[in-house]
Amino acid sequence: MDDHAGQFVRAVSRQGPRITLQFDGEAVEASEGESLLAALLTQRSFLRRSEFGGEPRAGFCLMGACQDCWVWSDTGGRLRACTTDATAGMVLRSQPPGVDALRG
Amino acid sequence: MPCVAEIVVVGAGPAGINATERLCAHGHRVVLVDEGRQAGGQGYRRASPGLALDMAALMGTEAGKYEALHARFARLLPQIDYRPQTLVWAVEDRTLHLVQAGVAATLRFDALVLATGAMDKIAPFQGWTLPGVFTLGGAQVALKDQGCLIGRRVAFLGSSPLLALAAAQYRKLGGEVVVIADTTPFAGKLAALPALARSPRTLWRGLSYLGGAMLAGVPVLHGVTPVEVGGDGHVEALILRDRRGRERRFPCDAIALGYGLKPETQLAELAGATLRFDEAFRLWLPQCDADGRAAPGLYLAGDGAAIGGADAAEASGGLAAMAVLADLGEPVDERARLALRRRLAWLRGFQKGLARAFAWPVAQIRALPDEAMLCRCEEIRIGEIRQAMAQQLGPVEINRVKAMTRCGMGRCQGRVCGPALQEIVAGAAGIAGEQAGRLRAQAPIKPIALCAAGEAP
Repeated sequence: MDDHAGQFVRAVSRQGPRITLQFDGEAVEASEGESLLAALLTQRSFLRRSEFGGEPRAGFCLMGACQDCWVWSDTGGRLRACTTDATAGMVLRSQPPGVDALRG
Repeated sequence: MPCVAEIVVVGAGPAGINATERLCAHGHRVVLVDEGRQAGGQGYRRASPGLALDMAALMGTEAGKYEALHARFARLLPQIDYRPQTLVWAVEDRTLHLVQAGVAATLRFDALVLATGAMDKIAPFQGWTLPGVFTLGGAQVALKDQGCLIGRRVAFLGSSPLLALAAAQYRKLGGEVVVIADTTPFAGKLAALPALARSPRTLWRGLSYLGGAMLAGVPVLHGVTPVEVGGDGHVEALILRDRRGRERRFPCDAIALGYGLKPETQLAELAGATLRFDEAFRLWLPQCDADGRAAPGLYLAGDGAAIGGADAAEASGGLAAMAVLADLGEPVDERARLALRRRLAWLRGFQKGLARAFAWPVAQIRALPDEAMLCRCEEIRIGEIRQAMAQQLGPVEINRVKAMTRCGMGRCQGRVCGPALQEIVAGAAGIAGEQAGRLRAQAPIKPIALCAAGEAP
């Protein structure tokens, strides 16, 4: 499975300043005005891993109802990716900080 | 003497905008609270800033209404207290609890108009939690709001007139549609034709989307049974049984799933509305009179009150505002009110016809295999519900099933799994859907940070 193939496809071009944020330690390029979910899913196949089985998840309803697209901030906070704008300098993770260490 | 009633409208879609507009026209200062970044709701959603999207082309026959609503909202804006990106997470004692950008606040009201809209109604099946499966409404939001397709090769599955519409929008923007698969048999569509013929224009539009897809060589199937989403870590295929029972595999990288709409009733319930099980939609719907009165000071409008679509939302928003005015002792235009009532009754009647033509697949859901995931928040499989019910539940009630299994107890509060859980519980117990009971709404109706809740007085 290729983690970096985007799930979403950009069908319409975007104007606006390019910004960079970080996801799981990698730089992600995005445009100002873009949702965090679209910014991540045009470049990756998932947003987070389930707390139970660890399976990948990529959101579901895309309108703030199903709560499936929350990603972690580096400080342990959580952001709902479909209703949050991508912002320059965000540092985000698919799992809570510390999980990698716990799972070895 | 100027009227000083505190009037709050929640939701800035067609229903909320219409209600606000009419109240403003009578000189009221209205607070319009909306969770979205921009007004319009889900159906008339604005593209995010910087997106070179030709919305008129995408909206097609509805482009005029879309532009008109946004133009009216722009004129309204200077007259109202508009609060976008604000979540109402609780209602008690004529007070709303809000969170905006992590900061909590409260808002008193004398009259509350709830125009909270709807989300997709979902029937789960095996593999539906894989990345690449999204709601049908979500597939349209990705397009309108972000200019993105949910995948390169998309399967449209469920039972909804919006399957063909969304598929047409995807094809227009370069997406490949691998199949439009509807669980309702073709005979079911024919049986609903007399009801649908009440709106020939809508019927014709629906048929033309389907016709366009078929001319382009897209397989259009009726009476299918979803079997499984194939794939390791992401969607690779949709596997279904066609109406003859043959298993068919459609390679794809995304699936848009939808079985019509489900009102967002949580706030209405917390504000005191009574809910009743509706056999046509097989959903618990809030009870209100023809103008939207649900309880003293509580008015409901739009798809959050009863599924009716954007035109019904506009009409019901106007009616709710008139009800507020009448209850405040202000004069209302009786002729306009009667015309709106007739229009709304007709539009919602049409939607009931649609609910038959695009049926909620009760038998398919009740027959789902034990391994299929039901609750995507808490990862509860259908077998766990059946097992718990067989062993220890005693008198069957859906909230008891939730307490025992955690199904419906996760972050979405059963918004997604609730209707299917209702069928699974009723099926396993051998009772009518209504007798299984109803998942209760709880505050906060969506997750909020504990620190934000703590700041509320």
